[in-house]
Amino acid sequence: MAASAVGVIFSNLHEENVPELVRRRTMGSIPFGGRYRLIDFPLSNMVNSGITTVGLMTNNNYRSLIDHLGSGKDWDLARKDGGIILLPPFSDESEQIYTTRLEALKGVTSFLARRQEKYVVLSDCDGVARLDISDIIAFHENKNADITMVTHFEEVEKTEHYMIIGADKDGRVNEVKITPKLRNKAKADVYINVMVFNRQFLLNMVEDALTHGYSCFESDIIAKQLDSLKIYRYDFRGYYAGINSMASYYKHNMELLNREVRDELFGARDIYTKVRDSAPSKYGDDAIVRNSLISDGCEIEGTVENSILFRGVTVAKGAIVRNSIIMQDTIIGPNVSLDCVITDKNVVIGDRRHLSGCEILPYFIQKGTML
Amino acid sequence: MHRKKECVAMLLAGGQGSRLFALTNNIAKPAVAFGAKYRIIDFPLSNCINSGIDTVGVLTQYQPLILNEYIGNGQPWDLDRAFGGVHILSPYQAKARSTWYEGTANAIYQNMHFMKMYNPEYVLILSGDHIYKMNYAAMLKAHIETGADCTIAAINVPLSEASRFGILNTNPDGSIYQFEEKPKVPKSTLASMGIYIFTASKLFKYLEEDEANPNSSKDFGKDVLPAMLNAGEKMYSYLFEGYWKDVGTIASLWQANMDLLGDNPEFDVNDKAWKIHSRNPLAPPEYIGDDAVVKNSMIALGCEIEGRVENSVLGSNVIVEKGAVIKDAVVLANSIIKSGASVSYSIIDENVTVGKNSVIGVEKNPTAEIVVLGRDITVGDGVRVLSGQKNEKDILV
Repeated sequence: MAASAVGVIFSNLHEENVPELVRRRTMGSIPFGGRYRLIDFPLSNMVNSGITTVGLMTNNNYRSLIDHLGSGKDWDLARKDGGIILLPPFSDESEQIYTTRLEALKGVTSFLARRQEKYVVLSDCDGVARLDISDIIAFHENKNADITMVTHFEEVEKTEHYMIIGADKDGRVNEVKITPKLRNKAKADVYINVMVFNRQFLLNMVEDALTHGYSCFESDIIAKQLDSLKIYRYDFRGYYAGINSMASYYKHNMELLNREVRDELFGARDIYTKVRDSAPSKYGDDAIVRNSLISDGCEIEGTVENSILFRGVTVAKGAIVRNSIIMQDTIIGPNVSLDCVITDKNVVIGDRRHLSGCEILPYFIQKGTML
Repeated sequence: MHRKKECVAMLLAGGQGSRLFALTNNIAKPAVAFGAKYRIIDFPLSNCINSGIDTVGVLTQYQPLILNEYIGNGQPWDLDRAFGGVHILSPYQAKARSTWYEGTANAIYQNMHFMKMYNPEYVLILSGDHIYKMNYAAMLKAHIETGADCTIAAINVPLSEASRFGILNTNPDGSIYQFEEKPKVPKSTLASMGIYIFTASKLFKYLEEDEANPNSSKDFGKDVLPAMLNAGEKMYSYLFEGYWKDVGTIASLWQANMDLLGDNPEFDVNDKAWKIHSRNPLAPPEYIGDDAVVKNSMIALGCEIEGRVENSVLGSNVIVEKGAVIKDAVVLANSIIKSGASVSYSIIDENVTVGKNSVIGVEKNPTAEIVVLGRDITVGDGVRVLSGQKNEKDILV
């Protein structure tokens, strides 16, 4: 059944975690998994749950995002009623462009006020997962909650900012810890930046926050009103890849080489992305390809092992690519050797170069670089 | 009528393609899969849009379901337009008569009102049987410059094959003085490609006349073009030099797929200057496994390859299990080749399962013939399918 919900995606939040990757793009338009952008995952999850209206919050550098989404037709979101609605920042003379989630929400109350849907699903673009959003909404409805926060039980990676959510047996949230110090490799219920609200409640809450001059959503609202609000925790048990550092970006891309991860992410439901009409990939007579994901439009004459190749990548004869992520339209020349390298889009690596990084610190090459 | 289109294309897509055996049991020939991710009709449709022709009537008759579904609203070819775009034209009932399309000319005649809606100067007639990249705009320019009433695209074929084609006998300026349909003793090697540009008013006139002629077989090649020539209309040939392949037989369909392979392929679908558009499968990148060997092949998205693939073309979401070997074969979307199976010199249609350790076909050799396994069939474990077999039903033992 179609969910009576409107989606709101924050395309910019968490960019500070992966500065190299967002120099010329938003969090949402970071390439992932050979032919996707991070935004494809929350967007496809919403579409697959029957959501047909998605407001897209942008802040800056969103040209690449607009280019990716186009009219929204590749997500079946080119609609007369709803579809993808771009929500660029606006500010009156006194205010600056938003920096926090709450400020961002203030800017879109008019959009949300005009909608009819009962619920609002908020999602950021820093996680790759196949979330059944209709199930989360059903949970929210069932608990008669004001807010439902989605968490994933996982090893906490060291980042600037994260939330651990404690709940009682019924799932009602009774504890919120913001960026606590944890023992190394400790596991906890980490909030994964997906939330469900009753739309009217969200509108009231934002107005209330405006009156009180609140600025932080997590500490001023959630943490302080655990008793007065019905906040519930939805435990997501599936595969979740949080992108919060270059190392985690590398690690989670590489996890796609596991069949189980691929089956879970791509198996039962479709992940939509921009269609580029690339030709199928071609493998030459001397190609050696092992344990790799290859997207369309590639031409491979060399060796590719344990790697992910995005669309339109060329690997020349004698070149060896190992443990690397090679983004769209990269050209790898003859006898080049790469190990633990991430090339951004349109990189050209000339003859006989040898480059290597390590799993914790992959060697990153900026978009458009010619070596 | 103030809105008009300079040129409207009419694409004849009703053919059964009976020489493709099981491959066209349930689908029209233009919908037959080609080149890992394409269907034959992608080529004329992409040629149209790349040539600036944005109004295309697709005439369907035989098994249109998959073709209609595939074309949809034309969006993959950028042919979803407020005025123009792609339109499926199927036979219809009318007050005076209700008939199927009887011949190529009759099919176009029955859709005269469609063409007239756009008040075109010119009409381009295409068929959905060939793999080629062609700039129809250049042909239209030639048509306008020569002041022709009809321009026929032509290609030089080997003399030995010329009697299979409609042959154009031309003057040095390219004007046609004689048109011979499949001549026993051809005078030239200039073969009609079945691609015509007509000045619209002339086309309409001759279609009316042909329809009124009870002795006509209502075919362009046999009736309309000779009638125009006899009446002294200006007819020119337009020489096309490039790859053009009729994929109407199992052997030619297989060969055209193989022509995509190699460093300098006979036919390049990865041509940035002439993109071939298609309806794309929703699939993740293909996965090439730890023990896989993939050589001189073309592989579409969503494939999972654990076995060996050589000199082959694989459609989307094909699974090749460990120990399976595919050589000199075309495997269409969603088929599964189970472990230990071997597939040689074959065309495997969509959604086929080849069981464990089965042997399909023989190593390509001068006397070997291509095996065809039709859509949706299952081949059991340890089954042997001999060279040249064409199967449309499950083979369990």
